[in-house]
Amino acid sequence: MIEPLYIKSREGLSTGPNIGKSRTAVEYLARKIGLETLRSNFPILGISVRGKPLVYLDNAATTQKPQMLIDAVNRYYSRENANVHRGIHYLSEKLTDRYEEVRTKVRGFIGAKVDCEIVFTKGTTEGINLIASSFALPRLKQGDEILVTYMEHHSNLIPWQIVAQKSGAKLRVLPITDDGLLDLSYIDEFLSDRTKIFAFTYVSNVLGTINPVRDLTKRAHEVGAVVIIDGAQAIAHLPVNVQEIDCDFFVASGHKMYGPTGIGILYGKAPILSEMEPYQTGGSMILNVKLDNTIYAHIPHKFEAGTPNIEGVIGLGSAIDFLNSVGMYNISAYEEALVSYAYQRLLEVPGINIVGPFEPRTGVLSFTMDCAHPHDISQILDEEGIAIRAGHHCAQPLMERLGLPATARASFAIYNSVEEVDLLIKALHKVRKIFG
Amino acid sequence: MSSRGLYEKILLDHAKNPRNFKVPEVFDVKLEGFNPLCGDQFTFYLVFDGDSIEQVYFHGNGCAVSKASASILTTLLEGKSKREALNIIESFIKIMKTSPNEKIDEDKLGKMAVLVGVREFPVRIKCATLPWHTVEKIIQGETHSVVSTE
Ligand SMILES: Cc1ncc(COP(=O)(O)O)c(C=O)c1O
Repeated sequence: MIEPLYIKSREGLSTGPNIGKSRTAVEYLARKIGLETLRSNFPILGISVRGKPLVYLDNAATTQKPQMLIDAVNRYYSRENANVHRGIHYLSEKLTDRYEEVRTKVRGFIGAKVDCEIVFTKGTTEGINLIASSFALPRLKQGDEILVTYMEHHSNLIPWQIVAQKSGAKLRVLPITDDGLLDLSYIDEFLSDRTKIFAFTYVSNVLGTINPVRDLTKRAHEVGAVVIIDGAQAIAHLPVNVQEIDCDFFVASGHKMYGPTGIGILYGKAPILSEMEPYQTGGSMILNVKLDNTIYAHIPHKFEAGTPNIEGVIGLGSAIDFLNSVGMYNISAYEEALVSYAYQRLLEVPGINIVGPFEPRTGVLSFTMDCAHPHDISQILDEEGIAIRAGHHCAQPLMERLGLPATARASFAIYNSVEEVDLLIKALHKVRKIFG
Repeated sequence: MSSRGLYEKILLDHAKNPRNFKVPEVFDVKLEGFNPLCGDQFTFYLVFDGDSIEQVYFHGNGCAVSKASASILTTLLEGKSKREALNIIESFIKIMKTSPNEKIDEDKLGKMAVLVGVREFPVRIKCATLPWHTVEKIIQGETHSVVSTE
């Protein structure tokens, strides 16, 4: 469907011809990834809103869905529906195979060792809550510490607050620099043999910052802490390999990687998952049930109680097929160029303040304007058919640290183009005209 | 209605040069209003003179709609009795709950008229009503918590 791009690494790309942050450079890469064909695979990108062609720049909230996913889910409901792991009949057996094939696909996509390390969840939020309840809570005690960072989404903060409250462990928060990077000068102070859990985000959903996950994991393991990575904002934008990172847990959401809502991925190292108590109990997660005693199923089924989100799993499989068809290195290279162009262009708008570093970053671009509140910016952009997000982005402690009540956030995905960046900039000049 | 309709001249004027926008040296009660959706956060300060409101001040951070709405509110309540103030607030909140198609006699609304257009933008209604809810709570004697629109 989409012609693969034979770029093997980011290094290889940056030495290529005409690569830089100019418009031409981004357009060159756009041709390489076949952007026009790629866009035509997303039917929603063809619609108009408020009389203008949709410019969808709210991809950090959720991404749009490719036609192949819509078709696969349609086919599933029209021709393939049954329950999984239950019936001894044609449809159920076929569908169970497909369901499990998606698990294999996910394993390959994030570089896990074995299929049983992949648990299907509702999303990132449920994944973190599962780890907090089933792994952390039974193990932590007074004197232990949980470390998170200042740039966490509420979903990677509140579960840890609760574990701390219930277990008596202490919750600590690694500071960030004014540039929006983790302040690693504090790492030795915050990471010690008391630290039992280090939970941090791969990519900030406000700042766009890419954190040095391999390094952080290594440091955490040196003191014996278990590492949990929130991969919600990374999985669709960077090549992820959990074995290379060596993290103990990794969680992500299907809907932020061109897949359906209500489906998520939890990766956990097999020995750790095996030792954990189930999160929810009931059907599907058992081997043998007596009235007074139950033997649980092995991983991953131990963590998938009840009839799962089959539609979600089927859709997630299509989303991964889509991502693989473009190639994660191509995706990250293109998005990196696009966002550096956007960053540059934003800086040219008077009165703009970009919140977050120039690099290393993904396409999550937060900003404020001297003349207008983020909510008003978003309103004017909406009038132009441009969808961005305004607010605190479920990261209130971070906003407080930054001294900002809210930001406007444009977030890019693989189907966004330089033309769309230009439209954004044009609309921001309109904002200045109205409020300036 | 386009956003340009929302951001009318008078509304923009109040947003850019909000009236009574300061933390006063003396006041009788204050209360914070907070809209968790967009982070609008204003504190209102009231100075009473017996049963009537002498002055309303506000300070904080918010979008153009909430700021203008707060500014207009402070000018409307000056010198009103508590009863009158509550009536004004109640009528405003009631209007904001009506459908945008419902005709409203804008002449009767006075300064409130510029905010009526906000009804066309359902997600922004809370921005407009937050200041009013907050001040309503103050007059009703609730001074110990944060008023939230959620
Ligand atoms: C960094 C990060 N973590 C966690 C989440 C929560 O994801 P979900 O709402 O899909 O569970 C999000 C999504 O907003 C996010 O951006």
